[in-house]
Amino acid sequence: MGQEIILEMNHISKSFPGVKALDDVSFHVRKGTVHALMGENGAGKSTLMKCLFGIYLPDDGEIILEGKKMDFHNPKDALNAGISMIHQELQPIPYRSIAENLWIGRYPMIKIANIPVMVDAKKMRDMSTDLLSRVRLNANPDTKLKDLSVSQIQSIEIAKAISYNAKIIIMDEPTSSLTQAEVTQLFEIINELRNQGVSIIYISHKMEEILRISDEVTIMRDGRYIGTYLSSELTMDLIITKMVGRELTNLYPPKNNVPGDVVFEVKNFTSPNPRSFKDVSFDLRRGEILGIGGLVGAQRTELVEGIFGIRASSFGEIKLHGKTLKINHPRDAIRKGISLLTEDRRGSGIFGVLSVRDNVSVASLDDYVDFHIKLNNRKLNALAEDNIRKLSIKTPSTKTKIQSLSGGNQQKVIISRWLARDPEIFILDEPTRGIDVGAKYEIYSIMVSLAKAGKSVIMISSEMPELLGMSDRILVMCEGKLSGIVEGKDANQEKIMELATKYM
Amino acid sequence: MSTRKMKLNSSNIKNRMIENAMYIILITMVIVVTILRPKFLSLGNFQNILMNSSVRLIIALGVSGALITRGTDLSAGRIVGVGAVIAGTLLQRPDYAAKFFPNFPDTPVWMILILAMIVTMLIGLINGLVIAYLHVPPFIATLGMQSIVYGFAQVYTRNEPIGGLKVELTSIATGRVFGIPNLAIIALIVIAFMWFILNMTKFGKYIYAIGGNEVAAEVAGVNVTFTKIRVYALAGLLYGLAGVLMAAKSGGATANYGIGYELEAIAACTIGGVSTAGGVGTIGGIVSGVLIFELLKTALQFLGVTPDLQYVAIGLVIVAAVAIDIRKYLAKK
Repeated sequence: MGQEIILEMNHISKSFPGVKALDDVSFHVRKGTVHALMGENGAGKSTLMKCLFGIYLPDDGEIILEGKKMDFHNPKDALNAGISMIHQELQPIPYRSIAENLWIGRYPMIKIANIPVMVDAKKMRDMSTDLLSRVRLNANPDTKLKDLSVSQIQSIEIAKAISYNAKIIIMDEPTSSLTQAEVTQLFEIINELRNQGVSIIYISHKMEEILRISDEVTIMRDGRYIGTYLSSELTMDLIITKMVGRELTNLYPPKNNVPGDVVFEVKNFTSPNPRSFKDVSFDLRRGEILGIGGLVGAQRTELVEGIFGIRASSFGEIKLHGKTLKINHPRDAIRKGISLLTEDRRGSGIFGVLSVRDNVSVASLDDYVDFHIKLNNRKLNALAEDNIRKLSIKTPSTKTKIQSLSGGNQQKVIISRWLARDPEIFILDEPTRGIDVGAKYEIYSIMVSLAKAGKSVIMISSEMPELLGMSDRILVMCEGKLSGIVEGKDANQEKIMELATKYM
Repeated sequence: MSTRKMKLNSSNIKNRMIENAMYIILITMVIVVTILRPKFLSLGNFQNILMNSSVRLIIALGVSGALITRGTDLSAGRIVGVGAVIAGTLLQRPDYAAKFFPNFPDTPVWMILILAMIVTMLIGLINGLVIAYLHVPPFIATLGMQSIVYGFAQVYTRNEPIGGLKVELTSIATGRVFGIPNLAIIALIVIAFMWFILNMTKFGKYIYAIGGNEVAAEVAGVNVTFTKIRVYALAGLLYGLAGVLMAAKSGGATANYGIGYELEAIAACTIGGVSTAGGVGTIGGIVSGVLIFELLKTALQFLGVTPDLQYVAIGLVIVAAVAIDIRKYLAKK
């Protein structure tokens, strides 16, 4: 070690309504190193990086880059100062060429009398070819981005970062949708950048990768700084202890549900899209919590959306109580007693501009119609108030627009929407993503009490501790296929990771 | 501490003013014009404004459903024209010399009203089917319908103006009950009907849900396709009513009736706080939007502004009103 410190973030704090996302966090990065940033979901890693990249303005604290105090108001300030960020969700412009994607906003121009008149396409292409070779991507700069794979698009993003002469590149879960071979290639590029003196801030949940690539590791928990350690002195167990920081048993409610007979069966379920789920078969018992694990891109969301009728299936069978269900639309699934809490809360869960009451009741209005036409608004209010109390949803009133609630409370509102239907099968897709620890515990409690009441729960989760802590059995998917089902008590992290990468 | 409190209070007042910007504009306008032209505040003038607003309000209420679901309806005005020419051609005086259908028997007004509303509802239904099933963006679907309907209406009327309407029809527009114009009473009934639909029925809740987040509505089991079709069909029904009333009011009809009314209706809805981003809009807002629009037009006439400059003023008010109104939503992000 011994390299000079290039970046200091000191005493950074940031609050959102209802949540203190960062609480006096300090973070120092050395020149020419790979610095991993670790923590559970909701620990504040992304928020910290968004403060660094000018997306959020910290409430408190200072950012010092190469000895100079910085004040970033937007990503452009950060880019100009030499900080680049490669987001977890890449943002390509699919129908434009590689060259245009690389140089957008700063095209090289042909000038006449010093006035830029048109884009210098040749120069742009040459500069692009040069950049592509630096990230070892053998592609024509005229190729449209829609024709590239995810890992190739990621290389384009890295090339873009290099083109800004970035001193620091932030990578947020860069390997989440890459194959093993692609990961190895990415690491070669990272090594090269490191040798050239670029610092990489590497955010990931994957410990084995972090121990392989990083020089130092900073760990965060619940919006607080826990410590910075040399990777050579860390082990997986040490990282987990520091990340979780408390007894794992306290994170989950006591699981006193007892799985019974099989109520729900999925057989040879296959998507018409050849890259999506194929030939998945499993069953679900009364009073059971079935976890579904796997890496991002394993098609878990697609599978449950197929079951629920949001996506089409081309082959296979779904049975409830031995009877085959015909599901072409979410409506069909809902009527049969299946509910799905979708992964993308903002995209397909909440009605942002509508009230908490309307958000709770939208799926069960049929039960509140008088004289075939008039809604019983008094009963609808009571339904909302009931759920607010039972799930301890923090909201000023039932009339408050849901978009002004915190993420955890929004999630509880959507959960009440489905509880109001009293579903027999409740599927929850990443139910605790982006939610603070307290609300997580409450959501776990709801799941356990549903199972105790004889309902069946399916939970997709990308958080290993959550899967292990909550599931009676864990179904693992890889590349659209079912790679195994493990009994909860026999499950451990290694076993699940092994299954999650089985077909790669 | 005390300065901070004061600052909070003043920002509170500012917020309140932004919340109620439309009503403040409305009242200010009335006060200013009354001071300048005292006759503005006469009963006759208000009856006049009420009568003019009534038809436009019915059209605006029709368009509002489309707007709340993040759609739009550019065919509204031309469908109003269809309603007008159906009433015009089928409700002429039996003794009128230039009768459009000389052999058409004398038919009660209510029958023709229902016929007109059924025809226009079917046109709206086609709008809905094209939008919901063929997934043609509402802007384009209704733009096409605007042209198609106008063409048919011209063919139907052979491009002739129609006059000589029966007294039974025209008296609907001229009549009053306790000094309140019949048209205003009809508008009130439509307001109550639409209020009930939007606030007290599943259909209404689904309209807001689709506008708020169509994907989430689908996932929550809402029949998005069917709801959208019903929105456009219901709108068509209201346009038909508006068209017949327009014919009654003017005592005649041509295929050109209602041209451009969709833009006024959309503008009035937007002024009244119906969000173009969907999911937001109240009956009270739409009513005040239409009233502001009509009051503004009358006020400008009273002030002696030339018709050409009235267009300029109306355009400015639309943009300014929405710019103020949109603060409500911007501030909350």
